[in-house]
Amino acid sequence: MRIELRDQPFAPLAELADYQARLDERLPGQYGATAIFIGTMRDFNDGDPVQRMTLEHYPGMTERQLQRIVETAFQDWPLLNALVIHRVGALQPNDPIVLVAVWSAHRAAAFAACRFIMEELKAKAPFWKRENLATGSRWVEHNTEEFSESATPD
Amino acid sequence: MAIHIKYFASLRNHLGRAGDELKAVVGLTVADVWAALHPDTPLPPNTLAAVNLEYAELTQSVQDGDEVAFFPPVTGG
Repeated sequence: MRIELRDQPFAPLAELADYQARLDERLPGQYGATAIFIGTMRDFNDGDPVQRMTLEHYPGMTERQLQRIVETAFQDWPLLNALVIHRVGALQPNDPIVLVAVWSAHRAAAFAACRFIMEELKAKAPFWKRENLATGSRWVEHNTEEFSESATPD
Repeated sequence: MAIHIKYFASLRNHLGRAGDELKAVVGLTVADVWAALHPDTPLPPNTLAAVNLEYAELTQSVQDGDEVAFFPPVTGG
């Protein structure tokens, strides 16, 4: 399991390839399912063009909450490994914001756990977005709602 | 010793500072900490609180040396 905050742009698919290559050495033939989510910065929000964005976080608490979320996923689903990378600092449109990847023997656990981690991160990890518009800057006041389907195990 | 208070994001901007220190007294809650520091400013609706890096209710007690944080709803991901 690896959880990282990055203050510079990162390439999620390259990170994923590197991480999975090391998994292949440690867990040969064990995982049948890899579920990934990549969140990317848009150039629009709430009907306005967004030029840049800054992600603030609460050092210490952010890492602790992410750790707890991933540990909960490991308790609730039979996971083999997980990778979470989240940006902080200055971002531009098209910059990746977050990568969540989970490995499991089967797809049901991989899909469900990946989604659980992402939804919990959105709800609980202390990050805050500030958007720069042509007319000035503003804090994003709330995230979009979770999907209607349950993200928790039955 | 003291209680160490931190503010984040729009709340920090609104207050004009990133934190405060408060002399600890016995029996303080999270809500008491806010009220002592901001007697003329009610805690904004939807504000979240944490004590020592864990989410906390406003009724949670606060001890000498604790770190108390106040911040708006989170918007990561």
